Amino acid sequence: MPDIRVRGFAGRINSPNPFWLASAPPTNTGEMIMRAFDSGWGGAVWKTIGEPITNVSSRYSATDWNGQRIMGFNNIELISDRSVETNLSEMAEVKKRYPHHAVIASLMVESTREAWHEIVARAEDAGADGLELNFGCPHGMSERGMGSAVGQVPEYTEMITAWVKEKARTPVLIKLTPNISDIRTVARAAKRGGADGLSAINTINSITGIDLDSFIPRPNVDGKSSHGGYCGPAVKPIALNMVQQVMADSEAALPLSGIGGISTWRDAAEFILLGCGTVQVCTAVMHYGYRIVEDMAEGLDNWMRTKGFASIEDFRGLSLPRVTDWKHLNLNFKIVARIDEQKCIGCDLCHIACWDGAHQCIHLDRVSGPIDGHVELHTIPAEYEARSRAAIVNTPVTRREREVNADKHGPYPTPLERIPRVDETECVGCNLCSLVCPVDECITMVRVDSGIASETWDERTRGAACEAQPEPL
Amino acid sequence: MSTATLPDDHQLRQRFRELKPPLAPQSAVIEANRCLNCFDAPCTAACPTHIDVPGFIKRIASGNLRGSAMRILDANILGGSCSRVCPVEVLCEGACVMHRDHREPIQIALLQRHAMDYFHDSGDAVLSTAPTPRSLRVACVGGGPASLACAAELRRQGAAVTIIERRALPGGLNTYGVAEYKLRATDSLREVEMIRRMGVEFRFDTAIESAADLEALESEFDYIFLGVGLGAMQRLGIPGEDAEGVINALELISAYKIGHIREITGTVVVVGAGNTAIDAANAARRLGAETVYLLYRRGEHDIPAFDFEFEHAKQEGVQFMWRRQPLAIRPGKHGRLLLDTVLVQQVDKTLLPILNSEYAIECDMVVPAIGQSPLALLMESLRHIEVRSGRIAADRATGRTANPRYFAGGDCVNGGREVVDAVADGKRAALTMLKTMEANHA
Repeated sequence: MPDIRVRGFAGRINSPNPFWLASAPPTNTGEMIMRAFDSGWGGAVWKTIGEPITNVSSRYSATDWNGQRIMGFNNIELISDRSVETNLSEMAEVKKRYPHHAVIASLMVESTREAWHEIVARAEDAGADGLELNFGCPHGMSERGMGSAVGQVPEYTEMITAWVKEKARTPVLIKLTPNISDIRTVARAAKRGGADGLSAINTINSITGIDLDSFIPRPNVDGKSSHGGYCGPAVKPIALNMVQQVMADSEAALPLSGIGGISTWRDAAEFILLGCGTVQVCTAVMHYGYRIVEDMAEGLDNWMRTKGFASIEDFRGLSLPRVTDWKHLNLNFKIVARIDEQKCIGCDLCHIACWDGAHQCIHLDRVSGPIDGHVELHTIPAEYEARSRAAIVNTPVTRREREVNADKHGPYPTPLERIPRVDETECVGCNLCSLVCPVDECITMVRVDSGIASETWDERTRGAACEAQPEPL
Repeated sequence: MSTATLPDDHQLRQRFRELKPPLAPQSAVIEANRCLNCFDAPCTAACPTHIDVPGFIKRIASGNLRGSAMRILDANILGGSCSRVCPVEVLCEGACVMHRDHREPIQIALLQRHAMDYFHDSGDAVLSTAPTPRSLRVACVGGGPASLACAAELRRQGAAVTIIERRALPGGLNTYGVAEYKLRATDSLREVEMIRRMGVEFRFDTAIESAADLEALESEFDYIFLGVGLGAMQRLGIPGEDAEGVINALELISAYKIGHIREITGTVVVVGAGNTAIDAANAARRLGAETVYLLYRRGEHDIPAFDFEFEHAKQEGVQFMWRRQPLAIRPGKHGRLLLDTVLVQQVDKTLLPILNSEYAIECDMVVPAIGQSPLALLMESLRHIEVRSGRIAADRATGRTANPRYFAGGDCVNGGREVVDAVADGKRAALTMLKTMEANHA
């Protein structure tokens, strides 16, 4: 039976599972965090504690996609609007009642050594299991010289991390901002400053959209808006890339708590495969509530069972060696699309995608005889549409007419003339058709043996560089 | 002047609540997003008017409702009524690729209605500016779907069009003949009003019945489009058929739709099992008849009605009497009727009565619904327009008849199909007229 406990993360942090709540509205109060722990969350990073702020209303906006709510989520809320005393006394209470859960204090104060020393001491006195320095918040606080204003400058990050480390007895995590050209520069600075771990990524600068009646971007605060921080499912690919960048860099890599669009156990498994020791969740909880953790824990457990993993450490980082620079990819690897005629439903999205978005090698004209040669003459997409629209069609009003219609199919579920075919000699193996196909496993990308040994761009150009060397005189 | 309308009839609305209520705006967007946006979509191919279905659906998804409606109207000027009356199970929705993925087809009809209702409610017009006039004058005889579609297409391209209708209201079977729970007469009239606002002229209460009438049309117009539909309903051909209490299905439907029949009591027997028979039987139930029998000379699996119509009739409480044929209608007690019937069986290709199976049904109304009779046409004798087994012989692709000044489409050509087939015919005839005129002037 798999064990999903986290032990000794960033040195000393333990939690019953790797699922933590990120520092955000779901961790605003002790009461909320205790309910979250009751629901199954393994840890919580307290909503950032610092000098209390005044928030605006409204604070959130979202990007919907294809009729689904909240593909991406944006906020302009600042750090905790409650006093340091209130937050820390509640933290002490939570730790007393939940000694085995991870309670991390997210901190943000003005950039002086004294201010940081003081808040670190107070948070640890309250019983925090670790500290997360919020160098990532991209809105509001950054205008006051805090949050991402620190995290965007490696020197500040290193300096403040070092101040905190002078005082801290618990592990110190640095939360990284993605709003920077290369996240590794700040991760390295944090490591140089002595950080015990990292959290990545914080939210991404964003304007989610504009009201087309009022012309005011969202969220609307009395007729004006301000850029916010973007998160939710939309940012997961960006977060995964940054996690990989950090974890593959020996000068930057530290125990990492992965953040960014994690909504399900699948997302969590992907972050762990790229090296994360824990994951943090916010948007999905804001959408559906704490209860989502039940499936996250069960799903991860079940997946680990089928894969034979006994612990998180068994698969943590397994995918890291599978990411490399483009120049190390095999240029002679060849795949082609195969369409399963029994599964094809005849939407012909692969045909139009290949013609308009790729290499014109998926066709609707059936050809007789061998089709492994190159066929030059094709009916172009517009001609099919014109043909269909010129046809005279009747409503089948009699039983007989309806039966004739039903009989037209032939050997496949879809009439043959609507099942596209792939010209494999022209197919470049780009995957596009298999990505647009709405039916699982209908289009598969099949490896064809090119008969040529593996060669990367790096190998090819290095070889060329050697050949180009002038003969020694 | 706007076209005549009907007063809002609350009781009628209550009794004939819509079978398929409209989608709420958010449901429409969610449903629109479900559409795969197929290339050369089978739904579009299956539609006799080839509405760009994914095109209008994705405009709903993006919130471009006016564009969605215009996309529909481009192909089918009666997109509003078609969204309500089309047997989509055997057309667009039947062709939806979702079936082959074991998923529910996209609710194309409801989405189309969503866009069209938006358009009609907005009061927008199909033509925002008057088209450049062309020297082409066309008369459309009959005010039903075929003529309306022909007229709208011609008008859109600048021709002068007049619709000549023998009844008091336009719309043909859309106004008078479709079950009210599918298409309200008021909605049909709203659609005709949109066409009138395009600049199409209407002449009501005008029958074309003589050589003189046709001559007058020919001198006034360049082309004449015949969208006259089918003839009266077939008679049963049995004694007593003219008794009071016998009313054919189309008469019954038009009478309740315009408020002439508001209540039916007792027992009603509908003879026939086509879609119109079912509309009449369901109407009788909704108007108050306690018992409604549908009498059919063959079995359940032979009925010409669509499967979903049959299912619907069962839900409405219509009872079926299979393999029974009417023999005579006689006066019964207390002013009621007696319908003599007999069981029949098929021997070779003929139906023969079964001995001693006679049965007299006591009822209050008998509704013959065995189809419309072929057109008794004066055109053939007067204008050399070929008529074959009661239908005008016209080329489906062009609407041309044997007489170059006459075009035809809709039920009078195709023998009785759906509204959407009539629209397609009317549109094709209009395009041919325009093309012919252009060629003549070139």
